[in-house]
Amino acid sequence: MSNYPDTILELKNVSKYFGGVKALDKCSFYVKKGIITSIIGPNGAGKTTAFNIIAGLMRADEGKIIFLGQDLSNKPTHIIARMGLARTFQQVRLFNNLSIEENLLVALDLPGERFHKCFFYTRKSGPYKKKVDEILALVGLSKPLTTLASELSYGQKRLLELARALMMDYSLLMLDEPTAGVNPALRNKLKILLRKLRHQGKTILLIEHDMDFVMSLSDEVIVLDAGTKLIAGKPELVRKDKKVLEAYLGK
Amino acid sequence: MIEAYLIHLLILICIYIVLAVSLDLAVGFTGMLNMGHVAFFGIGAYASALLTMAGLPYWVGLLAGAILAAIAGFVLSLPTSKLRGDYLALATLGFAFIVESFMKNWTSLTRGPLGIPGIPRPSFFGIVVSTQAGYLIFSFVLMIISVLIISRIEGSPFGRLLEAVRDDETAAKTLGENVGKIKAIGLTVSAFFAGIAGSMYAHYISFIDPTTFSLLEVILLFSIIIVGGLGSSKGAIIGTIIIIILPEPLRFIGFPSSIIGPARQILYSLILLLIIYFKPKGLFGRVELGEH
Repeated sequence: MSNYPDTILELKNVSKYFGGVKALDKCSFYVKKGIITSIIGPNGAGKTTAFNIIAGLMRADEGKIIFLGQDLSNKPTHIIARMGLARTFQQVRLFNNLSIEENLLVALDLPGERFHKCFFYTRKSGPYKKKVDEILALVGLSKPLTTLASELSYGQKRLLELARALMMDYSLLMLDEPTAGVNPALRNKLKILLRKLRHQGKTILLIEHDMDFVMSLSDEVIVLDAGTKLIAGKPELVRKDKKVLEAYLGK
Repeated sequence: MIEAYLIHLLILICIYIVLAVSLDLAVGFTGMLNMGHVAFFGIGAYASALLTMAGLPYWVGLLAGAILAAIAGFVLSLPTSKLRGDYLALATLGFAFIVESFMKNWTSLTRGPLGIPGIPRPSFFGIVVSTQAGYLIFSFVLMIISVLIISRIEGSPFGRLLEAVRDDETAAKTLGENVGKIKAIGLTVSAFFAGIAGSMYAHYISFIDPTTFSLLEVILLFSIIIVGGLGSSKGAIIGTIIIIILPEPLRFIGFPSSIIGPARQILYSLILLLIIYFKPKGLFGRVELGEH
């Protein structure tokens, strides 16, 4: 169990080595329920590695990850996802040969997805159509449902990936650089959307490079540098911290 | 005479449709570049032939052949679950060579390179399917049932998961899907129907030997699904018809029979090159080979 109340996710002394490189070095931080937390840090600080380890796509060499009170070590990715962890990727990962609707439906846990029951179900969205429409309206993606993911523009792809994560029954939403390569209008749209989700009581953890985006949106900011946590706290606090400036700009 | 020849072609087409549609389930739908399909074909053929010749009813041989092929598919899926693309192609090709080498060397069971002659025609409740026309009806019915079942799987939410795994395994995992299990089921079902085709083939030709299930056969099957287009049962069916019928005129041109074999291979290569150059997705395909 976590030492901190209201904690949804906690990393305890997590290390990950790639050969001689320490991507994470006894990294510890925690994420509180119901707020937006951002992880920032220079390139190579270990942000995406941390995400991949939390999601179970990589194994930590040491340390513990506790999510909703359970130790995640040795749990496979799909189990962690079903526990309530939804995420997007720095480089958009969609099912390119599937339609918008089908991309979203994969995120649901449907009875017809079991092989022994599959003969009794079709691919039609049926009762799930309402949820598909709701989520697409929420992220503001208004394309015909049958459009293939590969036919979308870059921005639309990012929105679809986000929508797909939102389709899940999640307790923690992790976004890896949601604004990367996105135009200012869409960036604003994302900001409004994330605020809305926070109002609904959702917990969001994001990796971001855009400082304005981070500072105006986050309740908490965690700064990583060289695989360890440099500092964590309110945005105003982090912005003024000398160590953070050094990490970004050098001494 | 010409009638018997046409019926012969139609029977072959039925058998190869089952092979091609089941291969497409693994390659086109699940994204597994499985070069070992011919091994499942062979396991089904040998099992069904040997069991019926040992005195068991035909339907037992047919089912046992399919189930043994499915078990082989499941076993193959275990060590290869983390392989993709070219690596998976090599591993599954290796598997095909292993199975072929069993056929050649387990002589007490398979008679090795001598092959198994005199495989009986199927019989149901004492009625033997002895005529060509009868066999055409029998294989047509089996083909229709197989294609309907495979299409039903592809058209279900489980089929959508197969496609999701094909397009992006990592994304599928992070959405809560058990990718290893999904791929294992895909390969097992694909192998099951290859086993059915094996039985259809063995009891039609009435003779099988290891050369029937060699690398040349793999190339033929891939030609079919690449010409027809990946991820489409319709493509696999049309592809089969084209690839089976296209080299037939060679017989009538008056080439000596020693040239017909190689000429057929040249023709397949030519078709493949043309398709890959002008229509990389094949006639009805939705995905490109190795695009993922």
